[in-house]
Parts: sequence; structure tokens; C-alpha cells
Amino acid sequence: MEQYLPILGMVLIGIGLPVVAIVFARLLAPHRPGGMKGDPYECGIESTTSVRERLSVRYYLIAVLFVVFDVETIFLFPWAVQYQVLGLFGLVEMVIFIAILLLAYFYVIKKGALKWA
Amino acid sequence: MYPVLQYFVVPFIHGVVLTLVLLLCVAYLTFMERKVIAFMQVRIGPNRVGPRGLLQPIADVVKLLIKEDLTPDAANRVIFYIAPVIATLSTIAAFAVIPYGGPEATVSIFGFPIRPYLADVNVGILYVISISSIGVFGIVLGGWASNSKYPLLGGLRSAAQMISYEVPFGLAIIGVLMVTGTASLVEIVQWQQQHTWLFWLQPFAVVLFFIAGVAENNRAPFDLPEAESELVAGFHTEYSGFKFAFFFLAEYIAMIVVSALVVTLFFGGWLPVTFGLGHLFPKLPALLSGAWGGPWVMLLFGMGWVFIKVFFMLYLYLWIRATFPRYRYDQLMNIGWKFMIPASLAWIVLTGAGILAVQAIRS
Repeated sequence: MEQYLPILGMVLIGIGLPVVAIVFARLLAPHRPGGMKGDPYECGIESTTSVRERLSVRYYLIAVLFVVFDVETIFLFPWAVQYQVLGLFGLVEMVIFIAILLLAYFYVIKKGALKWA
Repeated sequence: MYPVLQYFVVPFIHGVVLTLVLLLCVAYLTFMERKVIAFMQVRIGPNRVGPRGLLQPIADVVKLLIKEDLTPDAANRVIFYIAPVIATLSTIAAFAVIPYGGPEATVSIFGFPIRPYLADVNVGILYVISISSIGVFGIVLGGWASNSKYPLLGGLRSAAQMISYEVPFGLAIIGVLMVTGTASLVEIVQWQQQHTWLFWLQPFAVVLFFIAGVAENNRAPFDLPEAESELVAGFHTEYSGFKFAFFFLAEYIAMIVVSALVVTLFFGGWLPVTFGLGHLFPKLPALLSGAWGGPWVMLLFGMGWVFIKVFFMLYLYLWIRATFPRYRYDQLMNIGWKFMIPASLAWIVLTGAGILAVQAIRS
């Protein structure tokens, strides 16, 4: 496990660097909030409606599809590393696995889930 | 010796040095970007600060440091502050497993062995992909927490785009793993040392991987999240000062990570460029890799080659940015879902059949 310790160190650096630098900049930079500075940016027009509204359902569809395909990628990783050992059996099995996914993929396209226009 | 020192403190210092080098690279990458794009558009670019404008990045950092850091009144403050940290963390941490020299270039400082990579884990590629995909949280949370319209739209677009291209980004690597039979980045380069650059075996995968990488980094021509003519600045519209600087930094380090991955996986990492003359002059690879001078020379040469190759890939990024107009959003999604994913799956099947054919011929 000790080879993962440097990775932990790098994660700590990744957290520490922005935290330290942002605090340091806060001490150095002027800080005078107030007036119109705190308003949301809308090209100079006064904001009338709330931002917290309903979003297009397509974003959720993309998210769900992503989960399906990303899990497939994760399944492919160990298979790929062992591929030369598995031989023809591995190829046939993965073609079947990909074919099942493609079936769902074409169903999704047919349903128009990926249409943006 | 003291295990705490060897396994944590020394790698930690190593990581700090690596991060500082990375920051310097990012500073001059921004300068290079402005200069290269300027010359491509027949302009001169920044040339006032220092000789030939070489101190421009330092002036930029100082300017960001002493600029007032505003938080919108309506923002969710905690998430607004955490978002740039997440974005930076995901890109810096990805660098832990990227090698810039072989195990034979291990040098010893005060009796501690310093390897030319922080960690060599057997799931190296998986680690890079998973940690760099955390970056999307920084962007979408930053956009949402600003409680303003343009950042929200930019953050949503960005999230949808990044997760869409995450899939071909991962699938394009599968072919490399099938050929080499390992997921450790060091072992993949060692495989290329014994055989040949994987670019020659996986040319289509390089193209897919690089396109997916450009889209992952939200760079032109896929920079829709910050399409300045539509969304002002996308998810970081409400950010200013150093919090903005860290979103900016994260984007540039992510570019370096993708370039380093392309170099490691397909272009032989720290191996020297011999232009195919290695077979004619058998001593050339050893000469160019510094094998004649012991570990320190090998380390320097390895770093030099990685540096040259990575900056070549970064130049490619800038070249693409200066050449192609931005895609429309539906075009972007169509390329991702209707071309990249089926094409990378087809390439995996093709690679599999190819490996079996080679095995059958050899036996």
C-alpha cells in the first residue's frame, strides 16, 4: 500500500495550494464589498427572475446515459489488461457485451434522447 | 531507515517541487498561448513587460493577487469557495503517476532514492482518469453556487460536455491496455522501449484520445462552456481574483495532464526520438537517452524528452484553437455520442481481432 502514500501527499498539495494562496490573496487584496458589487452579473440589466428554476431534461438524460457507458468502460479495463491471456474467448465475450449495449444505444437514439435541436 | 520519511515526507517534498515546476510551466504556457496565437494572426502579442514580454506571466499573477476578490451576495458561499479547490485538486493530483524517466534513472539524494515519478501503481491509467473526472464537480458546483444565470448555464453545458467525452476518453485507452497487457504508465513506456511507439499500432486511438482530451478540457473548438459571445465567461463569470486564477490554473494543468498522457501512452514517454534510425545505428537510442552518463544524466535527458514532447502536444492545442471555429452545441453532442463512442468501440473490436491474428501467425 505504501506506493499510494505519495498520491495522498499529492492530493494534500492539491488542496493546500489553492487554500493557502486564496487566503494569502485575501490578506493582500483590498476588500470593500457593498453597493452593486454583490449583484449577479447580467450585462448591466437588473435581475428580475430567480436562477433556481427547472432545467432541460436532456441534461439528466445525458447524465444517466453517461453512467451506463462509464460503467461499461470500467468493465472493459480489467478485460483489456487480461486480453492476451483470454484469447478468442475474451473477444467473443466482449463482442456480445458490446452488442447488448449497442442495442440499448440504438434504442436511445431512436427515442430521440440525443437530439438537441 | 525511517519509513515515515521515506514513504511520506520525501515524496511530499518531491510533490511540492513537481507542483512548483508545473506552476512555472502553466505560467509560461499562458505566455506561449498568447504569443503563438498572436503570430498566427499576424500580431506581435505581449512584448512590453520585460525583455520580449517574458515577464508578462509574473505581471499577470501579481495583478490577480492584488485584485479585489468578490463574492456575489446571493451565492452559496461555502460551495462558492470550495469549487476552485476541487478543480485544482483534481488536476494536480493526476500528476502523481505520470513518469518523466525510467526506473533506471532513480537518483539518490541524502541516501533516499528519488524515482522519476511519484508513484507507480498498477492501476495508473484508471487513477488518472478517475481523479481528473472529479474536476467536473468543481465546474458544475462553481456555476451553480454563483446563483447567477450565465454561470449556471455555463456550468450545466460544461458538465454535460465533460461527461459525454469522458466515455470516449476512457474507451480510446482500452486498445493500449490490450496491446501492452498492463495499466501501469511506467510499464507501458517500458513496453514501448522493447517494441515500438504505440502510435504506430494505435493511430486511430491517438486521434480519438486527443479529440476527447481537448473536449474534456473545454478548449477551443469545444469551448462552449465559456463561449464568450453567448455566455460572457461561462461558469467562472462571477469569480474574480485568485479564485478565478485557480479555475484558470486548473484548465491549463488539465491541458498538460492530457498532453503528458498522450505522450506517455502513444509517443514513448521519456524515450528519445530517433526518427526510426534506431535500427540503422544501434547506439543512437542509448546516446540520446543519456544511458552513457549514469542516473543523473538519464534523468535530465528523460525530463528533456518528456518536456519537448509535451510542449509539442500543447502547441497542437494552440494550433487547433487558432484554426477551427467553435462548434454549435448540438454538433458537439452529436460528435461525442454518435461518432466518438461507436468509433472507439469499433476500434476496440478491431484491435482485439488484430492481436488474435498476430498471435495465430506467431504460433
